[in-house]
Amino acid sequence: MVDIAAPRTAAVSTSAHSVRYRSPMRWVILAILLALLAFTLAPFVLALLNAFKPGTDYVRGGPLSLPTYLQFDSIAKFWTLADYSRKLLNSTIISAAVSILAVIISLFNAYALGIGRVRGSVVILALLLLGTMVPQESIIYPIYWMAKSVGLYDTQIAVIIIFAVLQSAFGTYLLSSVMSTFPREILEAAEIDGATRWQILIRVVMPIMSPTLMVLGTFFFIWTWNEFLIPVVMLVSNNNQTVSVAMGLTRGQNLSDPTLQAAAGLLGILPTVIFFLIFQRTLTRGVIAGAVK
Amino acid sequence: MAVDSVSVGRHRRGYYLYLIPGFIGLLLIVIGPQIANFVLSFTAWKGVGTPRWIGGQNYQRLLTDDQFWGSMHNTLWYMLSMTAIPVLIGLVLASLLFDYVRDQFGEKLSSFFRAAFYLPQILPLTVAGVLWGWILNPVGVANAILKMVGLGAFAQNWLGDATYALPAVSLVIVWIQVGYCLVVFMAGLSRIDPSLYEAAQLDGAGWWQRLLSITIPMLAPEIFVVVLTTLIHALKVFAPVFVLTQGGPDDATLAPSYLTYYHFFATQRVGYAAAVSTVQMILTLGLAAIFIWYQTRQAAREA
Repeated sequence: MVDIAAPRTAAVSTSAHSVRYRSPMRWVILAILLALLAFTLAPFVLALLNAFKPGTDYVRGGPLSLPTYLQFDSIAKFWTLADYSRKLLNSTIISAAVSILAVIISLFNAYALGIGRVRGSVVILALLLLGTMVPQESIIYPIYWMAKSVGLYDTQIAVIIIFAVLQSAFGTYLLSSVMSTFPREILEAAEIDGATRWQILIRVVMPIMSPTLMVLGTFFFIWTWNEFLIPVVMLVSNNNQTVSVAMGLTRGQNLSDPTLQAAAGLLGILPTVIFFLIFQRTLTRGVIAGAVK
Repeated sequence: MAVDSVSVGRHRRGYYLYLIPGFIGLLLIVIGPQIANFVLSFTAWKGVGTPRWIGGQNYQRLLTDDQFWGSMHNTLWYMLSMTAIPVLIGLVLASLLFDYVRDQFGEKLSSFFRAAFYLPQILPLTVAGVLWGWILNPVGVANAILKMVGLGAFAQNWLGDATYALPAVSLVIVWIQVGYCLVVFMAGLSRIDPSLYEAAQLDGAGWWQRLLSITIPMLAPEIFVVVLTTLIHALKVFAPVFVLTQGGPDDATLAPSYLTYYHFFATQRVGYAAAVSTVQMILTLGLAAIFIWYQTRQAAREA
């Protein structure tokens, strides 16, 4: 967790600053930072502390006490109550499918816009960017209605198609700007060798772009995993719902037991923390790309 | 460059084929529904049968709808908690971690802080909602802690009391948002020439002066992008409200998105909900237009 991509200038500036006088202020500042850190991490720590705590311990010692022994009842109870394995599977299927589809659509679009430089590409890009920004509330009802009328309501396919399109708008935007700097010589060489446009895309462009495509895919996966409004509208039956929807609806279920709520929170945290640990470098780099590019 | 213009022209036309899947998708999922929604906003419709054209009546009603204005008023709060406060905290934190903690305590600690502050950002919003709902409920963790330290008198029904609900939801949003600002700002700082800071230090500028005269001006592009994107998100706050308060108590935390959702799917006043979401969309488009204008200007400058 500690090792997120370090700023490149680190070594230079540290050596130049190290002669600085160290005042007692530094401890005050450290204390303030630690207090903020405690606030930031509190929900995580509290969930962890209470998810395995026996109910009697919670009643006696409250949320801050250490458990006298560990019990897995709350986790197990929430797991079966929410049918959590099913939710994990649903989220994984939907997010993976969206991620692959959206990367393919983005790649195609960006190939035409970034490398093909077709006429009107600026307008198309602006339109796509708008597509990513427009509130989902203003498209949800017609989509809901359409899905109902073609029999795709309450299916994962509908959600997959919707997010593949929405995510690929951003993907196209990002990939086109990367691809517009693609070395022309390589493309021309391939053309001279008689490669068709399709072959150039599959055998030349795609392999060179694959690191960027992986980053994009990772992002699409996590974004889709975290989506709420469209899945909660489109997926009404328990068997189709995602983790995010299940979490959003736990309020409605009977979760009066505080250790059960902690268990629910912890189970919701775990998958994303695992992604975070696996993809932390990719993620921080992508946040920056997403924000500034 | 070597390819003559005739063959370039032929080539370009072929590339259009690759836009077809994306274009169909965009038409079906974004453009079509967007237009349909706009048209629906001029109708009365319960979701079944044929929509009845009523002209601008939905918009007229909207002007005198306390719920709508309440949600707009709350949006100002959400702009504060999505944008203003996280950007300020993010700036101070980024500058502290980059310009102070790193040389006083080392690179590792600075990176650790950044990763830890970013953590809330990776959670699904609904999970953040579940956690904070559990902490802030009347018999929840927050009140238990207050009682433990002898401040039991200050315990509140944080999410159930109209006085505290909006600040409480806002606090949760700030908790989520700070990490995003921090990470973007720190990335921006890494492209600033460190010799600027060294020169300022030699001139005797303290940390605060360096923040005001170097960090903030140099980060202007990042600040602009973060402010605009988070303002756009502030117009669409939904999941935290859905999970924490369902817009209540007494509409105290109602957001336009939740109002739209409520009318679409609970009261079935589809035309009216479409009008509310159209207003939301127009506000978003306004902000997005500024954003796109800025991006193209930046791109033109870089080129």
